[in-house]
Amino acid sequence: MDNHVLEPSLYVIKGIAILDNDGKRILAKYYDANTLPTAKEQKAFEKNLFNKTHRANTEIIMLENMTCVYKSNVDLYFYVMGSSHENELILVSVLNCLYDSISQILRKNVEKRSLMENLDVVMLALDEICDSGIILESDPIAISYRVSLRNDDIPIGEQTVAQVLQSAKEQLKWSLLK
Amino acid sequence: MMGMKRDKKDEEDASGGNPFHNVEKTAVLQEARIFNETPVKARRCTHVLTKILYLINQGEVLGTTEATEAFFAMTKLFQCKDVVLRRMVYLGIKELATIAADVIIVTSSLTKDMTGKEDTYRAPAIRALTAITDNTSLQAIERYMKQAIVDKSPAVSSAALVSSLHLFKSAPDVVKRWVNEAQEALNSDNVMVQYHGLGLLYQIRKTDRLGVTKLVAKLTKMPLKSPYAACHLIRMVCKLIEEEESAGGEVTSLMDYLESCLRHKSEMVIYEAAHAIVNLRRTGPRELAPAISVLQLFCSSPKPALRFAAVRTLSNVAMTHPAAVTACNLDLENLITDSNRSIATLAITTLLKTGGEASVDRLMKQIASFVSEISDEFKVVVVEAIRSLGLKYPRKHSTLMSFLSGMLRDEGGLEYKASIADTIIAIVEDNPDAKEAGLTHLCEFIEDCEHTSLAVRILHLLGREGPRTKQPSKYIRFIYNRVILENAAVRAAAVSALSHFGATCEDLLPNILVLLQRSQMDTDDEVRDRATYFYSVLSRKQAALNSQYILEGLQASLVTLEKALLNYVQQPNEAPFDLKSVPLAPVIEERLVAPSGQIDGAGSRAAPASVAAPTATRLPATATRQDVYIEKLSAIPQFASFGPLFKSSAPAELTESETEYVVRCVKHTYAQHMVLQFDCTNTLSDQLLENVNVAVEAPEGFDILLSIPCQKLEYSVMGTCYVALSLPESVLSSTGTCSATLKFTVKDCDPTTGLPDSDDGYEDDYVLEDVEIGVSDHIQRSAKASFGTAWEEMGSMNELQETFSLPAIRTLDEAVRNIISFLGLQPCEWSDKVPEGKSAHSLLLSGVFRGGYEVLVRSKLALSPEGGVTMQLSVRSGDAEVSELVASAVG
Repeated sequence: MDNHVLEPSLYVIKGIAILDNDGKRILAKYYDANTLPTAKEQKAFEKNLFNKTHRANTEIIMLENMTCVYKSNVDLYFYVMGSSHENELILVSVLNCLYDSISQILRKNVEKRSLMENLDVVMLALDEICDSGIILESDPIAISYRVSLRNDDIPIGEQTVAQVLQSAKEQLKWSLLK
Repeated sequence: MMGMKRDKKDEEDASGGNPFHNVEKTAVLQEARIFNETPVKARRCTHVLTKILYLINQGEVLGTTEATEAFFAMTKLFQCKDVVLRRMVYLGIKELATIAADVIIVTSSLTKDMTGKEDTYRAPAIRALTAITDNTSLQAIERYMKQAIVDKSPAVSSAALVSSLHLFKSAPDVVKRWVNEAQEALNSDNVMVQYHGLGLLYQIRKTDRLGVTKLVAKLTKMPLKSPYAACHLIRMVCKLIEEEESAGGEVTSLMDYLESCLRHKSEMVIYEAAHAIVNLRRTGPRELAPAISVLQLFCSSPKPALRFAAVRTLSNVAMTHPAAVTACNLDLENLITDSNRSIATLAITTLLKTGGEASVDRLMKQIASFVSEISDEFKVVVVEAIRSLGLKYPRKHSTLMSFLSGMLRDEGGLEYKASIADTIIAIVEDNPDAKEAGLTHLCEFIEDCEHTSLAVRILHLLGREGPRTKQPSKYIRFIYNRVILENAAVRAAAVSALSHFGATCEDLLPNILVLLQRSQMDTDDEVRDRATYFYSVLSRKQAALNSQYILEGLQASLVTLEKALLNYVQQPNEAPFDLKSVPLAPVIEERLVAPSGQIDGAGSRAAPASVAAPTATRLPATATRQDVYIEKLSAIPQFASFGPLFKSSAPAELTESETEYVVRCVKHTYAQHMVLQFDCTNTLSDQLLENVNVAVEAPEGFDILLSIPCQKLEYSVMGTCYVALSLPESVLSSTGTCSATLKFTVKDCDPTTGLPDSDDGYEDDYVLEDVEIGVSDHIQRSAKASFGTAWEEMGSMNELQETFSLPAIRTLDEAVRNIISFLGLQPCEWSDKVPEGKSAHSLLLSGVFRGGYEVLVRSKLALSPEGGVTMQLSVRSGDAEVSELVASAVG
């Protein structure tokens, strides 16, 4: 069927998507101009993908000539798509990196509400994992290090008293935990 | 915690955990005005910017003005030092770069961040900069990019390398200059930098095979730390092996390297290597064994992706080397019950390919238990496995057929249903025993088929095959039901199918006539027209009329017929229109390819399409290759007097593919003339050729009438010149060989602009390979539905018979293929398929010689005991000389 040799290229990721438990898109990026070029096709694909995957948590499926690996938690579904000839394990490694980085950013609290509240950092993480289809980084620790610079840098003038207290408590808690 | 803060701050948070629930484009763009305030409120701005990006990500489209406004407002945020905000600005720049105007404005800000001290800014700034850089501004940042590639921060270095890869698409020449930096990155300690460095280096060296060979030789000796890089290297090695193979080079060391990768510590690399070995063209059983045993181990992995990968690769191997996979049968059996249905399906289809005849029934039962749960894509995979199974074990057809008919009744899309119908049709055509059952299943299917195109195809098949079964009458009811119940397209097809029964089975004729009479009252024009036409032909009860006007159908090329009729109507003409003046539509050759593909048992993706070809493309409505030629040739006034084009040959290469000039020749045959079309391409960028023509030495009897040169041949632009020959009067001498030489004037020119350096050129010529004119150039394929009738009709007036022995040919299959390609005739009644294990076969061929003489050939082949094939060739045609030419052609 596909007795051909893979063209060596770094462009291995065709798309990454995060859907909620209604199958609605929270974030999605498609990197290949030839696959699913319009938003309409993308949403149709996501709908199809969600219908096929949300019941059985079996990690991998082939759909519309793409290999899709996925993972879910509470009310979130994470997908990584690649060509149907792509090494499935590379895709899985990217999926794991995506999931673990987000898990770290959200402090293990991987659910929709907390993800939406940290959407900016999640967007940054996604951008650090994959740049236009090339895997940029696959180590979740490196990713969260590169993006998680939040609390500490708010100019003090902009913080309310409550926020300052909150972050003080937070720091105390973490130092105790250590 | 963070959420609490937001909750208090933003009112819209109320909507069930999604603070972006009610975000609306115009409102958000209004909010973006906050970007202009000083001092910048970082947190608030970040939030607004997130909303904008969220909207774009949801598929909201921003107009150029909107995007530009937002973009310029965003540039104000460079004043703020907040890290998250700055990083969001980079994201915003990348998103808006393609929509907004004048994005180049932020170049200096980004360059500053890229070269600044803050590491967290530098890497993303480089990537944002790439998004807005065009070729002219690339020069300005080139120095910074080179520095960044070798930066000691891995993030910066990776960002620069990845950006270089993106830039390579638009400015390869600039990026190629960074090869030394990329080389240095390859030695980095960081795994990702190493991977990206390798990617860039390969991209730069890709076209230089020696460079790649050296790179690979070096890398295969030093272990790569990054598994990604190792996978990339494996792909490079594979590509190299394929290239070396075709160039006849030595690849043993490369193969050894691939095998050593099977012992890598990362599963990703092991799998990549196994997959690579399996997919290489040169791989034989010896190389396959270690790869298969690795995949076998993966089959019992707890990770679904790994099991999936392994079984998918094994199922591919099973197509080419089923014996090698048999060792894994036990592991595959265990996967049949896998909770991932994709894995289970692949396991079963693989087993179907490798298992023996005995296991078929059991496996089919297994599939039936979950076939409704898998996606259409996989159902198609199952159907294809059944198809190859049907061809492999003809005796199992009843199990398979009943399974297929069950699948036909289930829900499913058109593609899925079509693949089932194709499979049944393939089995029916291949296996006479299965014919009756298959047709019955198809009949039942069209009773309740929502896809018009599929119903029409099945009706066509019924019309063709039904009359030749033992009991044709039982199909009439199914077909006539369609006439009563279906839409117009299906009714029309059903009427045609009925007429085939009427034409072939005499005892059914009165009944068919009654049915056709009823259809003459149909509400649809097409159905009524067909019914009336068939009724009037059938009611004459003449076998010749029946076969010519019902069974054979229209063989002229539709597009040309349309043009000919248009011409006829436009010029007042006393004489009636002559259908013979319209060239025949060439029968699609795919039909010849399909059966051999199936015998290989590959059940490949291409097979269903080509099996469908004979039914679907009987009357090709679109412009074929020949129609394109007709268009081109009729534009040349010198050829107008030759009459209609009879046949165009396939292009033949007259040069090696990688020489200075590439020339291909297409032979166009007319009733008394032949036009040689030479498509020439100049592959030298520093030459401009003028006045290009081909000097031909015609064989005896041929006269060169005229030659049309090609005025100008620029680098890599194809030009065409023509030579027209008149054909000899005697048909017998219409074959021969022409020697050909390309003649032209060379002007040296500037490779970049293509303009000649001076006006003087010099004459030069270039010897081409000879143009062979064979019998097949004078013959057009045309199919006969019933060869026997046609043979009788033709009579033995111009019959010739000769016997040949072909010692060089070892199998009947090979003999059949050679004869067909040599004579250029169309095989009839599937006689091009040699049943396995037979020692004799008769091949039936038909076609039309130029001038409109029909040619029929019956060739009896037998394997001779002392090796080789003996052939008795009988030729009948409308002209004695034509018969003689065809008969002499084979010897």
